[in-house]
Order: sequence, then C-alpha cells, then structure tokens
Amino acid sequence: MSGSPTPHAKETGMPKHQRAIVVAMVAVLLVLPHLLYPVFVMKVLCFALFACAFNLLIGYVGLLSFGHALFFGWAAYVSAHAAKIWGFPPELAILSGMACGAVLGLVVGALAIRRQGIYFSMITLALAQMAYFFALQAPFTGGEDGLQRVPRGTMFGLLDLRNDLVLYYVVAAIFLGAFLLIYRIVHSPFGQVLKAIRENEPRAVSLGYRVDQYKLAAFVMSAALAGLAGAVKSQIFQLASLSDVHWTMSGEVVLMTLVGGLGTVFGPIVGAAVIISMQNYLAELGSWVTVVQGVIFVVCVLAFRRGIVGEIAAKLKKPL
Amino acid sequence: MSDFILETEALTKEFRGFVAVNGVSLKVKRNSIHALIGPNGAGKTTCFNLLTKFLDPTRGAIRYNGRDITRLKPADIARQGLVRSFQISAVFPHLSVLENVRVALQRQRGSSFDFWRSERVLDQYNERARELIDWVGLSEFADTIAVEMPYGRKRALEIATTLALDPEMMLLDEPTAGMGHEDVGRIAALIKRVAQGRTVLMVEHNLSVVADLSDTITVLARGEVLAEGNYETVSKNPDVVQAYMGAGHG
Ligand SMILES: Nc1ncnc2c1ncn2[C@@H]1O[C@H](COP(=O)(O)OP(=O)(O)O)[C@@H](O)[C@H]1O
Ligand SMILES: [Mg+2]
Repeated sequence: MSGSPTPHAKETGMPKHQRAIVVAMVAVLLVLPHLLYPVFVMKVLCFALFACAFNLLIGYVGLLSFGHALFFGWAAYVSAHAAKIWGFPPELAILSGMACGAVLGLVVGALAIRRQGIYFSMITLALAQMAYFFALQAPFTGGEDGLQRVPRGTMFGLLDLRNDLVLYYVVAAIFLGAFLLIYRIVHSPFGQVLKAIRENEPRAVSLGYRVDQYKLAAFVMSAALAGLAGAVKSQIFQLASLSDVHWTMSGEVVLMTLVGGLGTVFGPIVGAAVIISMQNYLAELGSWVTVVQGVIFVVCVLAFRRGIVGEIAAKLKKPL
Repeated sequence: MSDFILETEALTKEFRGFVAVNGVSLKVKRNSIHALIGPNGAGKTTCFNLLTKFLDPTRGAIRYNGRDITRLKPADIARQGLVRSFQISAVFPHLSVLENVRVALQRQRGSSFDFWRSERVLDQYNERARELIDWVGLSEFADTIAVEMPYGRKRALEIATTLALDPEMMLLDEPTAGMGHEDVGRIAALIKRVAQGRTVLMVEHNLSVVADLSDTITVLARGEVLAEGNYETVSKNPDVVQAYMGAGHG
C-alpha cells in the first residue's frame, strides 16, 4: 500500500524502483505488438486504463462504485457516434467520449457522494442500470446491434489509425499519459487530501476540509478517465455496444482491480492483463470462463486479499 | 466584543425520543480553560458534536463570536477558528507525523485542489510543521508513521495538527483518557501552554487535571447542567457529589 516513507527521487517525485518499472513497462509496450496480436494488447491497455481510473476512486478515496460501466459504455457510444455520424476526427471523437464521462460523473457523483459505504455503491449501481435501460431503448445506440463499423480515421491529420500498428502506438501513448496523470493526481497536494479523507474523514472535516468537494472532484476525474478508456475502446473495435454499459462490465473492472491489487499503482494493469488474457485464452471454454472468473475472485478475496501486486509489495516492503 | 466567545441557548438534542442533551446554556469566556465534566453518558460528547455541527441540534442556538453558527456545516465551523479533537484518537494513521501536521497547514495555506502538481510542493510547509512538532515534544518522531506511536504521543500529535490551524478556540474531548500517569502530566502541561492566548473547552475525566487547569467547570448529568463554577464551588456542590457517587464514578 502507499503511505510509507520511501526515499523519493527528488527530480521526478517517483521512487526509484517505481521509475524502473515504468521504464520497463515502456520498453515492453514498444516491442509487444511485434510479439502478440496488436488488437489483443490494445484491449489489455484499454481495460488497464479503465481499471486504473476505477482504482483512483476505490484505492485512494475508498469509494466503491458499482456503476463504472456507465461512464465507460456511454463514452464509447458518444465517441462512436461522433466519429460515425458527425464525422469527427478520432482525437475529437475520443475527447467527446471523455467529456461525456466527466459530465455523467458529475451528475452521478453529485447524487451518490453524500451516501456512505454500501449506499454509495447501490446508488451508482441503480443509476448505471437506469442508463443501461436507456441505452437499450434509445434509437441512437443501435439497440441490440450497437454502433458498428465506426470509422477509425486519421488522427491530427497525420496518423492513419486504419493501420493496426499506428493505432497501437497511439493507444499505448494515451494509456501511458493517463497512467502518469493518475500517478500525479494520487501524489499531488490534492491526492494528499484524498489520502487524509480516506484515513480519517471526521478529522479531515474538523480541520476544515469540505470533503464532499474533494470526493466529487475525484469521482469526476475517475469517470472522465473511464470515459477515455471507453472512447478508445470504440476506436479499437470500431464498435460500441450494450455489453459496454452492462453491469457485468462494472463487475469486471472491480474484479481486475481486486486481482491486481486495490490501491496499488501497478495492480490494476496486472489485473486487467490477467483477466483479459484469461478471457482470451480460455474462450473455448465458453460460459465456463465466468465460472473460472468467479473462482479467481473467491480465491483472491480469501487468500490474496491485497491482490497480486499488493502481495508482492508487502513481501518487498515497497509501494508498487 | 463580548466576554464570551461561545454561547449556547437551551441547546437540546433528541435521539428518537431519547434526550441526550437537554436545554444546555453554556457560556465560555474568551481566553479561558473551560471544562465539561460529568458521568459517562451525561451528553458531553454529544454536546461537542452539536457545537462543531457534527450533529444538528433539535432545538436551541449556538453563537460564536456573537455570530449565529447554528446552521453552519462542520467544515465551515473549523474555518471560523473553532477546531475540535475527538474522544477516539484523531490522527491520520498511515501518514507520518510530519505529513499529519502538513495536512492541516495545507488546508489553511491553499493548494489543496492542485492535482496537477507534485506533492513535493508540500515541502514548503515542512519548516512550520517541524516547529509545531518540536513544540509538542515530538521532534524525534517527525518521520514516524502515526499509527506506530504510543497513545500519549498520538494525542500530542493531534494537538500539533490542531495548532497548525492556529484556532481561536479548541475543543478537546477527553485528551488524557486511557493514558498512563506520565503521559497525563505531559498532556496537561501541553494544554496549559496551548491555552495561552486562546480558548479551550475540554471534556475531562481526570479530576486532578480539571482542578489544575480549568478556570470554569460545567457539570453535566443526564443531559442537563447540574452545576457551574470554579473547582472549589463545584466540588462542594452536593448534587455533583451525588451524581458522581450515583454513577459509581471515581
Ligand atoms: N448517535 C446516537 N444515537 C443514539 N443515542 C446516542 C447517540 N450518541 C449518543 N447517544 C446517547 O446519548 C447519551 C450521551 O452520550 P455521550 O454524549 O456520548 O456521553 P458522554 O460523552 O458524556 O459520555 C448516551 O446515553 C448515548 O447512548
Ligand atoms: Mg464522551
């Protein structure tokens, strides 16, 4: 977990061992599309981003949202619609999706943030379900079919995203940028207040912090970044569909974060990689994948409470 | 300005029919140490929660510096200079002692919404934080994680954190509860120093601390004010003796 006083590298603010991991991650990202199918790696990155955004809320503010598919899925619809119907270039289509995530985050956050614990989670779930049924009925989402054949287009008038490899490096850059942004948010003066609120909310209030404002700000950031993930997803697969707004998507992101390690910097990435790989390589098992996922979830909760990265960090006594 | 920094008028709190605080009118003199005592369950903590708006009063009014604060939010009460501690230790357990104090300094001096800057900008508060930490006698603990400190030290840290806001008035809920003899002495001496130039309202069970520190004592029993005055007067009051004996209190 975070919070222990590790000697910080003065120049970057990131401890040395974490910086080494980031460098290694960049190196791996550069060669990976030459070893694995690029679309698969992009899918992992997209969900890793989604899980990192989710972790910002659960891991650093202690708020468990059961409705993050709402931001992911609606951002996917909006950016798909922007690209396909309005003819937006990809950068603007993606930004539209992110903005949609932020706005929905503001609305849902404002309604949910005053509730504590399970009530908070229930409200996010309820609102996400409402949004799901709306997506099911509304004409512009394409109902059961979803929005298909979303054009990939040319980014900044330069990068032809129809080329899988070009798209891959764009997605990798977006992922890395968002990852570093989340790292910065968590390790900023604002992040320090979030930590204080999570540690002892009444005390933070008694020191004069209007904690609802901080929670809402964190909620909007998390929703906007989840939206970014959803928007990128619709570019990769050229598709936005009901499964993106379905509650199982909210469940999957919880699972990824738990498996990787809640409140760790790298955990959500590892969790996303594990879950997506499993879905991919165990695909021939059909519906058994869900059962396997369930078993993993139970094992994690019972045996590795801190998740994969959390357990390693505890062994090494270093925040990861 | 009035002699009284904090006044309440017939303050009442009911929990589903149970009256925990009943018509309490309290007047706390500026720059004094005022103790609130009484048997367990008398309503002292509830009183604190009302004064700092962690609870809404069922009836009654609270005035602070002549202003009605009955409808304010708890964070805004703190911003007006009325800062409380809690009966159960109020530290941020997994932050270091230095970071604990900085959280308070950061609130007062801004930059708390800066999510794009590195947390290293908080180093600008280190000097002031270390002064406060030295002042409460925790110099050698500055880099210790709060949760790893002994209980008495945590209470000293709470006081340093509260002092970081330079509050006009401090509310301390049982600052010496559960402490060994030595720690009690240390915290009592600290409170005396803290109270220079500010007002302290405290709930305290240790009667020798109360006798030593307080200018005024209010005795609560079953949510009502039983007696008020200096230690001499209050300790001779037969109702007070009765209440304490009746509750089996030492
Ligand atoms: N939130 C609450 N709901 C119901 N009853 C409460 C609540 N808080 C306190 N009480 C009751 O009010 C009475 C006074 O409690 P408290 O103020 O904590 O006493 P003290 O601090 O003097 O020991 C007790 O009987 C307690 O059970
Ligand atoms: Mg009490």
